[in-house]
Amino acid sequence: MDLRFTDDEIAFRREVRDFLRASVPAAIRAKMIEGRKIDRDELTAWTRTLHARGWAVPHWPVEWGGTGWDPIRRMIFRDEIQSFPAPETLSFGTAMVGPVIYTFGSQAQKQRFLPRIADLTDWWCQGFSEPGAGSDLASLKTRAVRDGDHWVVNGQKAWTTLGQHADWIFVLARTDPKAKPQEGISFLLVDMKSPGVTLVPTRTIDGGWEINEVFFDDVRVPAENLVGEENKGWDYAKFLLTNERNGQARVGISKARLKRIRELADFPPDGAVAPLRNPAFRRRLVELEVEMRALEMTQLRVIAAERGDGKPDPASSILKIRGSELMQASSELLMDVMGPAAAIAHGDDGDDGVDWTRGGAATYFNLRKLSIYGGSNEIQRSIIAKAILGL
Amino acid sequence: MNFDLSEEQRLLADSLAKWAARSYDFDRRQKICATPEGRSPAVWAELADLGLTGLPFAEADGGYGGGPVETMIVMEAIGRALVTEPWLDAVVFTGALLRHGADSERRAALVPAIAAGELLLVAAIGEPQARWTLADVATRATPIAGGWRLDGVKTLVPHGAAADRFVVSARTGGDRTSPIGIGLFLVDRTAPGVSVVSHETHDGGRVADVRLDEVTVAAEAVIGDPARGLPILERATDETIAAISAEAVGIMDEALKTTVEYLKTRVQFGRAIGSFQVLQHRAADMFVAVEQARSMALWATMSVGEEDVVTRRKAMAAAKIQVAKSARFVGQQAIQLHGGIAMTWEYKVGHLFKRLTMIDKRFGDLDHHLDWLAATDGLVGAA
Ligand SMILES: Cc1cc2nc3c(=O)[nH]c(=O)nc-3n(C[C@H](O)[C@H](O)[C@H](O)COP(=O)(O)OP(=O)(O)OC[C@H]3O[C@@H](n4cnc5c(N)ncnc54)[C@H](O)[C@@H]3O)c2cc1C
Repeated sequence: MDLRFTDDEIAFRREVRDFLRASVPAAIRAKMIEGRKIDRDELTAWTRTLHARGWAVPHWPVEWGGTGWDPIRRMIFRDEIQSFPAPETLSFGTAMVGPVIYTFGSQAQKQRFLPRIADLTDWWCQGFSEPGAGSDLASLKTRAVRDGDHWVVNGQKAWTTLGQHADWIFVLARTDPKAKPQEGISFLLVDMKSPGVTLVPTRTIDGGWEINEVFFDDVRVPAENLVGEENKGWDYAKFLLTNERNGQARVGISKARLKRIRELADFPPDGAVAPLRNPAFRRRLVELEVEMRALEMTQLRVIAAERGDGKPDPASSILKIRGSELMQASSELLMDVMGPAAAIAHGDDGDDGVDWTRGGAATYFNLRKLSIYGGSNEIQRSIIAKAILGL
Repeated sequence: MNFDLSEEQRLLADSLAKWAARSYDFDRRQKICATPEGRSPAVWAELADLGLTGLPFAEADGGYGGGPVETMIVMEAIGRALVTEPWLDAVVFTGALLRHGADSERRAALVPAIAAGELLLVAAIGEPQARWTLADVATRATPIAGGWRLDGVKTLVPHGAAADRFVVSARTGGDRTSPIGIGLFLVDRTAPGVSVVSHETHDGGRVADVRLDEVTVAAEAVIGDPARGLPILERATDETIAAISAEAVGIMDEALKTTVEYLKTRVQFGRAIGSFQVLQHRAADMFVAVEQARSMALWATMSVGEEDVVTRRKAMAAAKIQVAKSARFVGQQAIQLHGGIAMTWEYKVGHLFKRLTMIDKRFGDLDHHLDWLAATDGLVGAA
C-alpha cells in the first residue's frame, strides 16, 4: 500500500494544469466560476482545443482517439479540468453514446459516429426518460416498428437535456411489446432533423432552458441505426447508466466551489462583514471540506479497485450519492455567502451591476436535479442494499 | 497510488483475524471485561507472541519496524474483536512518544521490554480541567538535587492500575496553559508517593486517577527537553488519532456486517425485515458512512509521516470529524435496526456501539476538532 501519488502522476497533473492555463480562454473560465451556461459554439471550440491535444476522449480505446491512460491518470485529468474550472466535454456523446457505440456498435457505426462525437461535430442528446417512465425506465412506451429497411418511431421523450442543440438523439424504444419489459427494448440512433421529430422546451425552476420534451411522430429511422441486436437495448442502457454514475462524484467542481466560497466569505464584494468571521458559517464550511476530502479518497479507492477487472464497482453508488449531496450543499453555502442580494434573479447574460451574486441561488435551485437524475439517490441506495449488502 | 496490501501486510491481517476467531471471541472478551483488571496478561502475551507489542518500533531499537499501515491493520482487527488490551495506548501512543521524544539510550532501555510484552508503559497526561487541551497541565515538576519532584493528579490514565510505569506530563515552567514549560517524566507505578484509583469504563476497559504526592524521580527520568514536551505529546496524539480512526472503522464494519446479517434473518410480518426498503436504505446509508470513514482513516494513515505540523494536524482533525459523524450514525442505526435484542448486555452490537461512542471521547471529540479546523484556513484554501 502506498497512498501517495507517484512522481509520474504528479508530473502528469502539472502537465494538465499547464495545458489548461495556456488553453482555457479567460472568458470561459469566468463563466464557469460564475455558474453561467457555456453555449454551443464555446463548447465546440473548447472540445476542438482538447481534441487537438489528443485529450478529448481519454477513456476511449486508443484506435478511436483514446489516450491509454490508466484510471488514476483519467481521474487526475478530470479533477484538474473540474477544479480549474474548465468545461468538460459533452457527456451525452463522449461518456454515454460513444462508449455504447465502440462497445456494441457495428464497424460502420464506429467509423461514422465516433470521430464526429470526439470533436463535437455532432451534438448528441439522451432520449431515455418519458413522462411515465422515470426511475422505472423499463416501462417506457415509445414504440419502434420495423417497416422494410426502416424503423418507424412513435412516442414521447421527456427531460431531454440540451436537446435544443442536438444533431442526434439516442433513443430507447420498445420493439417487442409482448416480451417482458426489459427484453423488448432496442437502442436506436436518430437524426434530430428527421421529419416527425418535434422539440418543445421545458423551463426549469432556475428559469433556464436546459431540458426539453421530444416528440416522435412516424419518424423513419434507417435500420442501420440500430445499435447491436434488436431487443437487447436494455443491456446497453445499463452499461451506459453505470458509466454515467461513475462520472458523478464531481469532486473537482465541488473543490473549486468551496475555494470560491472561502474567497467570497473572506472578502465579500459588497463590503459586508466577512461571513468567515461567523463561527457557525466557518463550521459549515469546514464540514463540507471534510466531506469533500472523504469523497476524494473514496473516489480514489473506487478507481484503484477498478484497475483490476474493469467491471464497474457498485461502490460507485457512493460517489453518486455523496457527490450529488456535496454539490448541492456547497451550492447552498455559496448562495448563503451572498446574503440578501442572493434574491436577485439574474438572466444568464449581461452585466447588471451586482454580478458577483450571479449563479448563486440559481445554481442552488438547478442542482436539486443531481439527486434526481442519473438514477435517483433513492435508487442508488437500493443498488447498494442489493448489490453490495445482499439485502 | 496503490491501495493494495503487500504480501506481508496481508499475512498480518490474516494472522490477526485467525487469532481473534480462535482466541478472542465475544464470550472471552466479556469474561475478561468482567475481571477486576478488565484486561488479561495472558492475552497480552499472545499479542506479544504475534509480534504486535514490538510492531511500531524501529528494528534498531528492538522492534519490528512496522509503519502506519501496519498499525492501521492491527487497529482495525482490534476494533472488530473489541479487544480491551491497551495496544493503542501502551504501544502506539507510547511508541510515538519514545520515537519522537526519547534519545537512543532511553529507547534501548525501554523498547525491548515493551516489545517482549514485559513492560506496560502508558501516558499519564490527562487532567480533569484540561479535557483535550494537551497544554493544560497543572501537575508540577520542581527541580531538586539530582532530579525532580512531582505533585499533582493525572486522570483517565488508560489501564493505569495495570501499568508498570507512566509517562507523566508535568509543568516545569510557565503558567497552567502555556505551551512552553511542559516536561515528560518516567514514573514507576509503585514509586513512593504514587497512588492509583481505578475506574471501569463503558467500553469494558479501565482508567485510573494517578495521584502524585512528592514523588521524586532522577534526572534521567526526563524524556526530551524538560521544557519542550508538548510537541512530542502533540505528535504522538496525531499518530494515535490515525490509529484510533482505523479502530473505529473496524468496529463500524463489524456493526454493519452484524446488522445486515440480522436484517436477512429476522422475520416479521411473514418476511425478512431486510426486504423492507426503509431498512435497506438505512443500511445503505450506514455503508456509505463506513466507507467515508474508511477513506478518512486511510488519509490520516498516509499523513502520519507528514512533517508539516499544520498539514498533519488538519488531516487528523478531518479524519476524527468524519469518524465521529460516521460512528454516531452507524452505532445508533445498528442498535435501531436490531430492535430490542441490541439493548441487551449479552449481544455484541451494543458493545460495539459503546466503544464507538467512547472513541469520540478520546483525543478530541467532534466539536473539539471542528472548532480547531474551522479556525484554520481549512482543507482546500481560497480561490
Ligand atoms: C434536469 C434534468 C435533466 C434530465 N436529463 C435527462 C436526459 O437528458 N435524458 C433522459 O433520458 N432523462 C433525463 N432526466 C430524467 C431523469 O433521469 C429522471 O427524472 C429520473 O430517472 C427520475 O424519474 P422521474 O423524474 O420520473 O421520478 P420518479 O421515478 O417518478 O421518482 C419520484 C420519486 O420517487 C422515488 N422513487 C422512484 N422509484 C423508487 C423506488 N423503487 N424506491 C424508492 N424510491 C423511488 C424517486 O427517487 C423520487 O424521489 C433528467 C431529469 C432532470 C430533472
